[in-house]
Amino acid sequence: MTVELLIQLLVSGLGMGFIFALIAIGLALIYGVVGVVNFAHGEFLMMSMYATYFAFALGGLDPLVTLPLVAVAMFGFGIAVYYLLMRRVLGAPMHAQIFATFGLMVFMQAAAQFFFGADYFSIDRSLLSGVVRIGGVTLPMPQIAAAVGALVCTLGLYAFVFRTGPGRALRAVSQDRVAALTMGIDADRMNALAWGLAAACVGVAGSLLSNFYYVFPRVGAVFVLVAYVTVALGGFGSISGALLAGVIIGVLQVLSGFFLTSTLKFVPVYLLYLAVVLFRPKGLLGRQ
Amino acid sequence: MNNAKAGPPVVRVFGFEASLRALVLSAALLGALVVLPQLLLGRPFELRLLTIIFLYAAMGQAWNILGGYAGQTSIGHGLFFGLGAYTSTLAGLMLGLNPWLGSLLAIAVSAVAGVLIGLPCFRLKSHYFVIATLVVAESVFLIFSQWLFVGGAVGLEIPIRPSGWLDFQFHRNKIPYYYIALMLLAIVTLFVIWMERSKIGHVLKAIRDDEDAARSLGFSPLRYKLIAMAISAGVLGFCGTFYAQYVLLVDPPSVLAGSISVIIALVAIFGGIGTVAGPIIGSVVLISLSEYSRIYFSGSGRNIDLLIYGALIMIIAAYCPGGVISLFERLLRRNRGPSEAPPSAGPTPQQTPDVKTI
Repeated sequence: MTVELLIQLLVSGLGMGFIFALIAIGLALIYGVVGVVNFAHGEFLMMSMYATYFAFALGGLDPLVTLPLVAVAMFGFGIAVYYLLMRRVLGAPMHAQIFATFGLMVFMQAAAQFFFGADYFSIDRSLLSGVVRIGGVTLPMPQIAAAVGALVCTLGLYAFVFRTGPGRALRAVSQDRVAALTMGIDADRMNALAWGLAAACVGVAGSLLSNFYYVFPRVGAVFVLVAYVTVALGGFGSISGALLAGVIIGVLQVLSGFFLTSTLKFVPVYLLYLAVVLFRPKGLLGRQ
Repeated sequence: MNNAKAGPPVVRVFGFEASLRALVLSAALLGALVVLPQLLLGRPFELRLLTIIFLYAAMGQAWNILGGYAGQTSIGHGLFFGLGAYTSTLAGLMLGLNPWLGSLLAIAVSAVAGVLIGLPCFRLKSHYFVIATLVVAESVFLIFSQWLFVGGAVGLEIPIRPSGWLDFQFHRNKIPYYYIALMLLAIVTLFVIWMERSKIGHVLKAIRDDEDAARSLGFSPLRYKLIAMAISAGVLGFCGTFYAQYVLLVDPPSVLAGSISVIIALVAIFGGIGTVAGPIIGSVVLISLSEYSRIYFSGSGRNIDLLIYGALIMIIAAYCPGGVISLFERLLRRNRGPSEAPPSAGPTPQQTPDVKTI
């Protein structure tokens, strides 16, 4: 195993890590503010990947052009899911909350299979094709763009949550809902905002991913389990923790895919989840 | 069976009377189900449908022991079903073990696996536990798809034995499978009814409602959760053996897939989580729905059943988290008038909708 190969693996792992982080941040945001785990998060990703693919295949729009549109559309979709479904189960027992998003997951996956079939689609000739060579390391353009895009989006969300008024209100609700209510913050609107932002993040991730990843009905399941691990490892509700955890997991799955076989590459990641929740339940950077 | 028990337990005398009526009703139902296959002689589809309904009802009952009574929501229970199927099949292939003995081994393996998984995972609360069950089941699915010892992605064929009760295989006439599944469901249901009234059942419900309170009374939550897990997983192990002997092929997608775990949990939640009749109602409705939709929209490979399931799960979760059975109860209560309504009819039932259902 040469140094170039190792660097190659690490860099591509790092790139995937930023995408995992972007997906996981949405999950962390919903959990932090609304207090539920979105089991349909992977299907949000799947939906935006299909949207990007069909915009390319039918409308000839490049994923880079579609990206902002998908992000805005997913923002609306997230808010709709909150008002139509999740608001009804806010005070319900936990199994009802779990099964509300779980039902959404099953429904969206089956709907994708119903409308688009079980086939794998991929975008083959977008603006971002080709490779970049630095020394002996070869990097495909789509991955680089996805990594950069995911990192920029993550930092943007970080700035929104920590530097703006609505962001402060979001944090207030996630820290103490009752106190936030007494300060005149509309918790209901903050819940909707969290769902919208989370869906928009996953929309960006989906557009970026579809440049180099196959689209199929179960694609979300691949990423969402990893996103749970990322959120748990980073500490529920911590954005910088999710970024760090995403990078660790990205590198881990690339290495285990190389040293084991590619079908087993997520097994060490799943084991990592168990190790984290059992021995460090607050994650790496979670509030202690 | 469920009618008689729907009312709140009033007085002990009435309780005895009600259970007598339930006894007569369920004996009649059981008698009808025993005779039924003779009417279905030329109808293999209905026979298969009923067999699968009994199987999933039994699996839902088993899930309910852990998920409904002990309150530990698992979305990875298909794992124990798959382990059971693989255990008896491997024992048959490698040791030539009789499938009945293989099923005992399957029960043991699944129960031990349940305890081994539960030992660390029961320390986790709510969502953490749910995700842990998902992650463990998915890991086993991936490993079995890759592991050549268990046949990898191709799977294993069950060794063919002569047709007969001793060999747990029936080649031409599939009615015995129906009876085995019916017996399985009857035994598991009777066990759950007994468990509900026993100390274990009360402790499990106490743990579900308030774990710290149960601990302060001197009951170890971990110990009782492990007992519930072992029973629940063991039953699923037998179900796995039954399914393997029924379809004579095991491979990861057919016995370890995540969708099986979803259906097992859904059967109980749809009917009524933490109730005896819940999994039976859930299985009748959901399995019929999926089998008939498979016929009417067959060949498309488009998963109409899952589409309907998904919508149903959302509706149940959002509008009646107590399941179909809570709808019946609401209707019954309305018919009786408010004066006879149980005292919990105030604003609280939303918190614990399943406590009063038995």
